[in-house]
Amino acid sequence: MGREIIVNPVTRIEGHAKITIYLDEKDMVKDARFHVTDFRGFEKFCEGRPFYEMPGITSRICGICPVSHLLASAKACDDLLAVKIPRTAELLRRLMHMGQIIQSHALSFFYLSSPDFLLGLDSEPSKRNIMGLAEKYPEIAKQGVWLRKFGQSIIETLSGRRIHSSDWIVPGGVKTPLSKESVEKILADLPKAIGIALNSIELFKKNMESFKNEMRDFGDFPTYYMSLVTEDGGLEHYDGNIRILSPDGKVVADRLDPSKYFEYIGEAVEDWSYMKFPYLKNIGYPDGAYRVGPLARLNNASYCGTEIADGLLKEFKKLGKNGIIQNTFMYHYARLIEIVFCIEKVKELLEDPEILSTEVQAKASLNKREGVGVIEAPRGTLFHHYKVDEQGRITWVNLIIATVNNNIAFNKAVAQVAKKYVNGKKLNEGMLNRVEAVVRALDPCLSCATHAIGEMPIRIQLYDHNGRLIDEVARG
Amino acid sequence: MSKTVELTIDGKKVAAKEGDNILKVARENNIYIPALCYLEGVSSLGGCRVCVVEIRGSPKVFASCVTPVAEGMEVITDSERLRRYRKWAIELLLAERPHVCSVCVANGNCELQQLATELGVDHLRVDRKWTNYELDLTHERFAYDPNRCILCTRCIRVCDEVEGVHAIDLMLRGKNSKVIFDLDDKWGFAESCTSCGKCSAVCPVGALYVKGKPLSEVKKKELVSFVMSRRSEKTIG
Repeated sequence: MGREIIVNPVTRIEGHAKITIYLDEKDMVKDARFHVTDFRGFEKFCEGRPFYEMPGITSRICGICPVSHLLASAKACDDLLAVKIPRTAELLRRLMHMGQIIQSHALSFFYLSSPDFLLGLDSEPSKRNIMGLAEKYPEIAKQGVWLRKFGQSIIETLSGRRIHSSDWIVPGGVKTPLSKESVEKILADLPKAIGIALNSIELFKKNMESFKNEMRDFGDFPTYYMSLVTEDGGLEHYDGNIRILSPDGKVVADRLDPSKYFEYIGEAVEDWSYMKFPYLKNIGYPDGAYRVGPLARLNNASYCGTEIADGLLKEFKKLGKNGIIQNTFMYHYARLIEIVFCIEKVKELLEDPEILSTEVQAKASLNKREGVGVIEAPRGTLFHHYKVDEQGRITWVNLIIATVNNNIAFNKAVAQVAKKYVNGKKLNEGMLNRVEAVVRALDPCLSCATHAIGEMPIRIQLYDHNGRLIDEVARG
Repeated sequence: MSKTVELTIDGKKVAAKEGDNILKVARENNIYIPALCYLEGVSSLGGCRVCVVEIRGSPKVFASCVTPVAEGMEVITDSERLRRYRKWAIELLLAERPHVCSVCVANGNCELQQLATELGVDHLRVDRKWTNYELDLTHERFAYDPNRCILCTRCIRVCDEVEGVHAIDLMLRGKNSKVIFDLDDKWGFAESCTSCGKCSAVCPVGALYVKGKPLSEVKKKELVSFVMSRRSEKTIG
């Protein structure tokens, strides 16, 4: 009799999820599925609204990275206006984006994942959280909190608000310029920020050793990788072209126009999850699975373009074959390198003489009926695509959220971990922790992905081969 | 010269011109009565019922914007009953159409939102109506979102009495009432509209607004009293 295991809810992730594990006649894991159990309907209820409200509406998809949605949406609106935004506006948008990535990555690493590394995957679950971390390693917890605050403060300095700065990023640019005092204020915090980021990398490297066993089966499988890169293949988060890397590390597509994403990305639907399954059209579903996010960006990037991050990238690439790293665990490492890159980039942006210019918004009315905005959100490539009528009212919306791009990978990673750790009829804590940890490494934002609200709880269910539920572990 | 009457508002003795309404007199004497549809400089409607007051000797409450002062009148502007009525008035307005502040152009500069905060409206005791009126973005400079309209008719009054055009009016009845341009034409095609922008300037919520500009940047309300004061100066001169 085959069986099925369900983990529900998955904890320390953003959103609701459930994992189902299917067993065969010999009680060995046959397959596993990562279900996203909420539905929100943004693509539908935005219809009829004016296009210029879209940054404000879509940024409410997520309270963790509203800036990502704001930027992608504003870029789609820039496209509708058919304007090129002033350079200073782009610099300021980039600056806010860097602040956003720093705070989001700090949240993922310090608040959500570091309790796993530092306290151990088998430590007491009630203590395996940021509070337990603060108790045992108060200095590290403080650093994490400070780093996140630093990222948030950049956002606040620019827009006056830490979350939902939707009236600052506007179609055509940004609302207000930056003051000299603000530049100095951010610059003053940079040395401390870079110090914390580099310390975290050291800490991660030191702890990596103790996870050698887990890492072997921790979502280590070949997939394609997709991200934006600069014109000459450098690390990019705000603009640029799409590059796709094959599982063996070869660039199979480069300089793809992000606004033509529908030509090369298809979206499959399964009846057991509210999250869609994007795949590469020319490969097909599900073999065209690709991953996005920090690991994909570093795999894709030929260089970073900042001094310290470039050194870190070289060291990072040595860990893989052909310069490509497939292990999901390494998402954490990639995230930390990106924090360093973003901090260096903040400095570069602030030192640009044009950053203080007051030319920050291009004003225009509707000039096109269709617009696409693509950026690299902390969790990966984010697509906003709108169609409007002659008055500028939204008639159609398609959003491909960063987390969604990784959906097939989530399922593969969960299946791999389950195959390694689940055997038999009973679920145990250690297995649950490892399945959760691999999901956490991919840092899903399911509230975004289903465009959901509330707690962030996982449920694991174990089913036999006849589809009979034989065990279930829930946590929330 | 008009006659002067004496009355008390919240125990304070005040003198007022006969014929003036209680709200106007209270404001002239720095006594605060919350109000929403009232707009200084144009006629009063008494529609929103937020400015209700009590008058000693009567069991009823009165909309202060349409109740004229009278000799010896004793007005009470604040009581538990009045606060309860005002709160209901705001709640019903919020429930009538989908007022979602977080994505509204008027967020932070909305009179309905300010009054809701002031009166402690933190939830609604009645079900919301999720109306789905079509937006009118046909005008080059202005936008009209009927889903945010509270039917205060400030726009209609200012267009008629200040601009002298009457391009805006109300159609249908009760909660189905809708502000329209000309004979329910699209705004951009309403021939009588002079595109002066007074309607959007006096709209207390985000129903009529200047495209691409947050309300914080638009001078509101004061515009009408400014125009009216200039007018009376001219008459005197």
